[in-house]
Amino acid sequence: MSTGTVLLAVAIGALATIASRALPFVALSRHHDHPLLAWLGRYLPAAIMVILVVYSLADLRPLKLDDAKGTPLLLACALVVVLHLWRRNVLISIVVGTGAYMAMVQYGT
Amino acid sequence: MLGYVPLGIAFGVLCVQMGHAWWLAPLMSVAIYSGASQFLLLSLLAAGASLTEIGVAIFLLSARHLFYGLSMLGRFRGSGARKPYLIYALTDETYSLLSTRPETRDPAVAFRISLLNQGWWLLGSLLGAVAGSLLSFDSTGMEFALTALFIVLTVELMATIRQPAPFVIGLACGLGALLLLPKQHMLLAAIGAACLVLLLDYRRRAPGTVEAGP
Repeated sequence: MSTGTVLLAVAIGALATIASRALPFVALSRHHDHPLLAWLGRYLPAAIMVILVVYSLADLRPLKLDDAKGTPLLLACALVVVLHLWRRNVLISIVVGTGAYMAMVQYGT
Repeated sequence: MLGYVPLGIAFGVLCVQMGHAWWLAPLMSVAIYSGASQFLLLSLLAAGASLTEIGVAIFLLSARHLFYGLSMLGRFRGSGARKPYLIYALTDETYSLLSTRPETRDPAVAFRISLLNQGWWLLGSLLGAVAGSLLSFDSTGMEFALTALFIVLTVELMATIRQPAPFVIGLACGLGALLLLPKQHMLLAAIGAACLVLLLDYRRRAPGTVEAGP
């Protein structure tokens, strides 16, 4: 992959992220109480986040139980959920969960 | 929030390990400045997604910011020259601070917190990228940080929403798209399908019965 392509992708990623932050201030200030926006604001992020969990599991490590990484993956996901329900600390959940997953795939289960 | 540093380090290390130059991680932390967008961009680049798909996927992932902005419209109104930066730097973490701490109603305090948060994030990603290119250590499995981040955000949303429907819709659309489509195309199809289901559900209900936002 060329540096130019990567830089172009970063520029597009930057535009997309900045657009999502600036759009309400540019275009939506008159519609902020529209019920459709309230509806989507309440439910769409939840649906998108679950889809992203599915995407990240499928993309990074195929979810196969006979795969050497399948079981560590499921265990690490469960650990993140339990840790987060218990401590509600974003940092602890991510760092401990990722550390546990790395230990499991590097040193075997 | 010092919490930004370790996550930034993980991002920097992962970025270098995926074969990118050391300066790409700090560059992304300035240009994009969103942990979820930056991790997803690495993943999409590795999967060989097209530039269009990258743009649309990152915009949809970032769509949650639309609703942060809507709730800050009034707050940022009197912030003058600081306003563009406050809008650009409205991350998940900064939003959660601004929406819970009363002292941040002062635009100067909000500005300082936003700047500090980005400083920690930038420092973390720079440290991670430099460490990742100088030291050789086994980072196998570090990509799980992205999955962990999404799981954490899902758990947070579940605690706020307390209704299974949107999560079930997301799961069904996600798994359906995964079964039917190649990985690099499933994200857009799944999010599109979920939007459609939510819009149909909205139209099915009588107007005016919708509760206010989160």
